[in-house]
Amino acid sequence: MSPNIDLENGIGLDMRLITKRFPGVLAADQVNFSVRKGEVHGLLGENGAGKTTLMSILCGLYMPDDGEIFLGTERNAVEKVNIGSPREAIQLGIGMVHQHFRLVQSHTVAENCILGLSDKSIIINHTEIANRIAAIGERYQMHIEPDSYVWQLSIGEQQRVEILKMLYRNADVLILDEPTAVLTPQESQALGITLRAMAKEGKAVVFISHKLDEIMEITDRVTVLRNGCNVKTVETAETDKEKLANLMVGRNVVFSVERPSFKARNPVLEVDGVTAQNDKGVDAVSNVTFSVKGGEILGVAGVSGNGQQELAEVITGLRRSTEGTVKVGGINLTNRTPDKFIFNGVGHIPGDRIGVGLAGNLSVSDNLIMKAFRGGVVSRGIFLRNEAVRDYSDRLINDFDVDTPDRNTPVRNLSGGNQQKAILAREIMARTEQGTRDNGLLVAVQPTRGLDVGATEVVRRLLLTQCEQGDAILLISDDLDEILSISTNIAVMFSGKIMGIVDGDKADISEIGIMMAGGDKSAL
Amino acid sequence: MRIVIENRIDAPRVIVVLVPIASVAMALVFGGILMSIVGADPIETYAAMAEGAFGSPEQWKVGQYYSITETLVKAIPLMLTGLAVGVAFRMLFWNIGAEGQLVLGGVSASAVALWMGDLIPGIPDSAWVYLPMMAIAGIIAGGIWAVVPALLKAYLKVNEIITTLMLNYVAILWYQYLFNVAWKDPAGYGFPGSAKFGECCKIARISGRLHWGLAVAFISALIMWIILDKTKWGYQIRLIGENVSAARYAGINIGKNIVGVMLLSGGLAGLAGMVEVAGISHSLQEGLNVGYGFTAIIISWLARLNPWGIVLVANMFAAILVGGDQIQMTMGLPGSVAHVLQGAMLFCVLGGEFFQRYRLTVKR
Repeated sequence: MSPNIDLENGIGLDMRLITKRFPGVLAADQVNFSVRKGEVHGLLGENGAGKTTLMSILCGLYMPDDGEIFLGTERNAVEKVNIGSPREAIQLGIGMVHQHFRLVQSHTVAENCILGLSDKSIIINHTEIANRIAAIGERYQMHIEPDSYVWQLSIGEQQRVEILKMLYRNADVLILDEPTAVLTPQESQALGITLRAMAKEGKAVVFISHKLDEIMEITDRVTVLRNGCNVKTVETAETDKEKLANLMVGRNVVFSVERPSFKARNPVLEVDGVTAQNDKGVDAVSNVTFSVKGGEILGVAGVSGNGQQELAEVITGLRRSTEGTVKVGGINLTNRTPDKFIFNGVGHIPGDRIGVGLAGNLSVSDNLIMKAFRGGVVSRGIFLRNEAVRDYSDRLINDFDVDTPDRNTPVRNLSGGNQQKAILAREIMARTEQGTRDNGLLVAVQPTRGLDVGATEVVRRLLLTQCEQGDAILLISDDLDEILSISTNIAVMFSGKIMGIVDGDKADISEIGIMMAGGDKSAL
Repeated sequence: MRIVIENRIDAPRVIVVLVPIASVAMALVFGGILMSIVGADPIETYAAMAEGAFGSPEQWKVGQYYSITETLVKAIPLMLTGLAVGVAFRMLFWNIGAEGQLVLGGVSASAVALWMGDLIPGIPDSAWVYLPMMAIAGIIAGGIWAVVPALLKAYLKVNEIITTLMLNYVAILWYQYLFNVAWKDPAGYGFPGSAKFGECCKIARISGRLHWGLAVAFISALIMWIILDKTKWGYQIRLIGENVSAARYAGINIGKNIVGVMLLSGGLAGLAGMVEVAGISHSLQEGLNVGYGFTAIIISWLARLNPWGIVLVANMFAAILVGGDQIQMTMGLPGSVAHVLQGAMLFCVLGGEFFQRYRLTVKR
């Protein structure tokens, strides 16, 4: 079975019944994906839907557990291929432009283009290479100076170099992984023109995105994935944003818990007109205003990379804001250091569990006291009380059901779910011990990312319990199901702004989907 | 059939103990091969080294412990500088400048010894006054020298490897200028070196040249162990060393800790300088910058930054150094054999870590 073979254009790529398992996760479940020559094919899906897994298989990074891959040949036939490594993928004419560029900053464009090519001659013919690059650039409307150094180029230009690099290697199938995530609207538009030009030349272009506007604008067809399965492949011209949003998110909320009845309390977190920059010095959060009351879960929905991470960092003291104020429990904590936030009852479940939330080589016990070590529970004067540390960590391991051989095991050896339980235990208990529980704030960023169903449920229930006990919870998640199932209110973020805040009970998925993609709520 | 490298989740205890021992043995075998190449009998040479470092039973019988005391004399500055760089390395702050910090510690302790009496008339000529003052001066000088790169790193993100390394040369050149020119003893018959210190500026001897600086080194190790293992500060240092993002997230002030730890690190190195001038040379003269601060890097790394491990490895290295000097005299071999052995040990132990972290299995 090969869906939609269009003999007129010929098949560029056909992946059939691809299955890929990771420990505990079925990342791709009998997925079919077929791209014609001469089309731009959108691959749409939420984080964790299997888009990246599928494309990593295609470019030789993973081997599929099951399934076959066919590539189109010049005579419009198809040929079964076996892609064992990235090098083989390139030899087969499959090129991928990753989200994070693989360029040597201190080399020129031309040098980057020939990097890794096994040319037989020892001497590099600069003129010839430059001419070829210029010719490719002209053909696909990408102006780039072959002799300029990569570090001199803007992000958009660097992306063009990545594409050039693939074209220079004669790629026939081009995969772009969320290419517009790093581009300005103007650069995105230019990219669209380039992609259309490449399709016109007979190349098969795969465009991965979860921004519905771009999918509508650039692609010919769209394949939607959800939870590692095919949902549908549709002609772009025969669908609209709302339908795609529904396909992407799915109507069925898999997980449902009793949402707590919301009793109005005093606002715990007040964010007023906050603007903050990302690491590159570009405004990532612009003029955001909202408040979270005790006993409320405010879910922040949005495609990742739209400023949610930066917002969470501003609210926990890890990032400076350039404008606006952040108050917790009525106390102005704007641009104070993280410890001030901790003392004022702010708990933080960071999105990057391993990179920020834990010190992997240290023991479970050392990780559990990361916030409480200053307080009297485990220390006296300048000393840590070893016995108290032992009792405290055993209590947390026990109360929060953290599955670990013992408290001295390095925390990196725990499963993701148990690591997350440890973090939750720490963040919740540290505040209890400090006696700031009543007007506590918990900032939870992607709290269930990468967790299995059981652990996901435990984490969500813990958040709900905290909420019932009067904590204010700011839940930032890419997982719309999660936001919908436990939030009291839902704020949608897009390119650093809050597009709107809706009541959790009356939330309409397609409305949220449109706002997530930057659409205007009123335009519906 | 192929050999596959697998990650070990938890290294068994046997491996943790066995690998370092096997690594040191490997280094000795490597050194033995080198000795054979230059025409010396390895067993005979190692025996001579051991005798040079620890003495022989005949000597012990007649109460001669010169070899052992000389080894301990060398171990004192190695222990102190080892502890100094070890604490900084725990935080992943690469203090390569212990040599300069030691030298300046010696310089400022010498200044106190030579001129405190003139500056503060009526101060009693007592070791209980002078030695603590010299120690404080040494600690402060070493600390200041270490805090400069710390501040540059903490607030301007300047790479500390470069700054600590370069400041060594500044310190060493100053020290050479001082004992060769500015502080040269007019009554020294033209030889370089300052005037001899007064009696109250000398650390008392235990046996031979061995002095009570040994106690200073052990007490320092004890204090470092308590700080690193028992205190909140030690916990913070460990957390910063393991994951600086997590430390920041836990509300730890990274900049303040860098400065604090480097004050401690430089202070310990400075104390080593003070102990050297007050315990051995009794004046500011040639011989302070003989590479203790650099050898300390290898020592603390081999000891896995554990204070008691540093004490152990520093003594082992001191034995190799003294033994190396010995074979230079008795067997006519170059003394640099000792340095070759040190280098070989570092390589073998670092290489041995591979076997602790990974397991080789044969798959067919």
